[in-house]
Amino acid sequence: MSPPRRVAYNPLRSWSGFGGCAGGLSASGSEARKYLRLLAGCKTGIPRLGNAVPEPFHLFLLPKMAAIEILGLEKTYAVGFWRKQQKCALKPLQLSVEEGEIFGFLGPNGAGKTTTLKLLMGLARPTAGSARILGMEMDDPRVKAQIGFLPEQPYFYDYLTARELLTYYAHLSSVPASEISRKVSAMLERVGLADAPDVQLRKFSKGMLQRVGIAQAILHDPKVVFLDEPMSGLDPMGRREVRDLIEQLKRDGKTVFFSTHILSDAETLCDRVAILHLGQLRNVGVVSELTAGVRGKVELAWHGTMVPAEMKSLGAKCHESGDTVRAVLPEEKQDAALEVLRRERLRLISVTPLRASLEDYFVQQVKPVEATVGARA
Amino acid sequence: MRTRVVYIAANTFREAVRDRVLYNLIAFALLMSAAAVLVGQISIDIERLVVVNLGLTAVSLFGVVIAIFIGIGLVSKEIDKRTLYTVLSRPVRRWEFIVGKFFGLAGTLAVNTLCMAIGVFGALLYVSHHFQASDAWVLVALYFIGLQFLILTALTLLFSSFSTPLMSAVFAFSLFIIGSFAEDLRGFAGITHGFTRWLATAAAYVVPNFSAMNVITSVAHEQPVAGHLVLLNTAYALVYAGMVLCAAVLIFERRNLK
Repeated sequence: MSPPRRVAYNPLRSWSGFGGCAGGLSASGSEARKYLRLLAGCKTGIPRLGNAVPEPFHLFLLPKMAAIEILGLEKTYAVGFWRKQQKCALKPLQLSVEEGEIFGFLGPNGAGKTTTLKLLMGLARPTAGSARILGMEMDDPRVKAQIGFLPEQPYFYDYLTARELLTYYAHLSSVPASEISRKVSAMLERVGLADAPDVQLRKFSKGMLQRVGIAQAILHDPKVVFLDEPMSGLDPMGRREVRDLIEQLKRDGKTVFFSTHILSDAETLCDRVAILHLGQLRNVGVVSELTAGVRGKVELAWHGTMVPAEMKSLGAKCHESGDTVRAVLPEEKQDAALEVLRRERLRLISVTPLRASLEDYFVQQVKPVEATVGARA
Repeated sequence: MRTRVVYIAANTFREAVRDRVLYNLIAFALLMSAAAVLVGQISIDIERLVVVNLGLTAVSLFGVVIAIFIGIGLVSKEIDKRTLYTVLSRPVRRWEFIVGKFFGLAGTLAVNTLCMAIGVFGALLYVSHHFQASDAWVLVALYFIGLQFLILTALTLLFSSFSTPLMSAVFAFSLFIIGSFAEDLRGFAGITHGFTRWLATAAAYVVPNFSAMNVITSVAHEQPVAGHLVLLNTAYALVYAGMVLCAAVLIFERRNLK
């Protein structure tokens, strides 16, 4: 299937910007779409380019639409022997993911990432709220044909071979019978399992199972792919392969929504990320924009082995290697530290600003909440 | 829609057949048939009776064990391994999954029963040297055993849709035992009074009436099985299994998969 057409200018996004909504298409974006639908005379969904649409509106009618719109999705479980206690797994969640985006859903273990994915897949019923995938309600059966899902740490039918498993899933996904054999072979090749198509899955390593998992998720050429912790438990080579596969999906025009707690992967891959903690959305945005707000650090390197006493009071973390000392300290203390080095007549080698990572931002977001929860406990 | 049920059933069948535990049970059933032959040889003039009794009882018991052993894990195993998530995230409805699983296990049991039946008839031929007209009733007895498996499969699937494998096994096996004495339970209800009578009658009608489907003894004694019993048992098994399957679907439709 060919990737969706795009235009560089997204009027709906700009519109939502006027409405003051961060993070792309939101309520005001939906209003804009309703307005455009009225103009184009369409009854349902996003209007497509066609003869019925007046020419001047063509530009407006080809925006990137939201592939996933989560509208106040909430999940509370009844726990305890009598099921009288309520445990909130997910607080009302508002989120929008655009078509063709790689979207990272980040959070520590127990944050509510898997719960969100289960709600979107219809595996659990939401306590409140709803979601739309490709403009359709998430419980619309037509949605299921357009999505692929890889659960966390999947194990498949032990006694099936990779080829049998993919054939089975292709049948369930209503892939035309005449195409199944070709598609399965191509998919095995794509995920690097072409040399083990007839080996039973119980003999597969964890990395191979993960590759089979990804293969079954994208076999039927879905438009939106949901991956739950796709890199979890993989060795560096395996992670690299999964990263490459996700990047390939983006190049094919797919929308990828993946949850992870491996922040370096999210930083490398994602167009945007959302941070979830204790069932609550903390922030959404482009990685570079999110990390821009984190207080920067700077690394000073000087020749010798001497560490001036004042460095500690400036909050520097120093370590020696050979005849060089390196100190990492907050950006605002840089001038004071340089003054100390000048006073001690130490020969400066370099001053390197350290870019704040997603991990720094994540810690900054999560730590205060955990401290508060810990204090309450 | 129907094709998805067929694919799920075929996959369940394939998975069960490739499971080595099933092979062991079939081998053991064949071993039991061989034992029947041995007992038949040391019995005087009642070889056929002993072989039919032992053979059909072995078919019934091993089928029950297989039905419970595989049935209890049909749903829970798929949840534990998260294979269910990859199935239900496709255009597959929950009822299609349950019905597919049911037919998959029922098919497994049918093939299994067929294999064991061949063993029983082989043993009969061995001790009698020829088949006789009354051997046809053995087929009816095997058919009734198959109907029992149908009900038991639906029951294990029902328990598997909301309970742990261990509890499902306990529930299913308990119901099989109680159901095997359903006629006695009805008799007991007839001689009691008040609340006990009401309770015993309700229990007698709720539990599956497996005793009505047990014609092993009469068939062993070469007594014919009434035609209306065949019809009634068939209708009863289909309705009972259908109702239990509906209950399993209703529970599973509402279930949050954790």
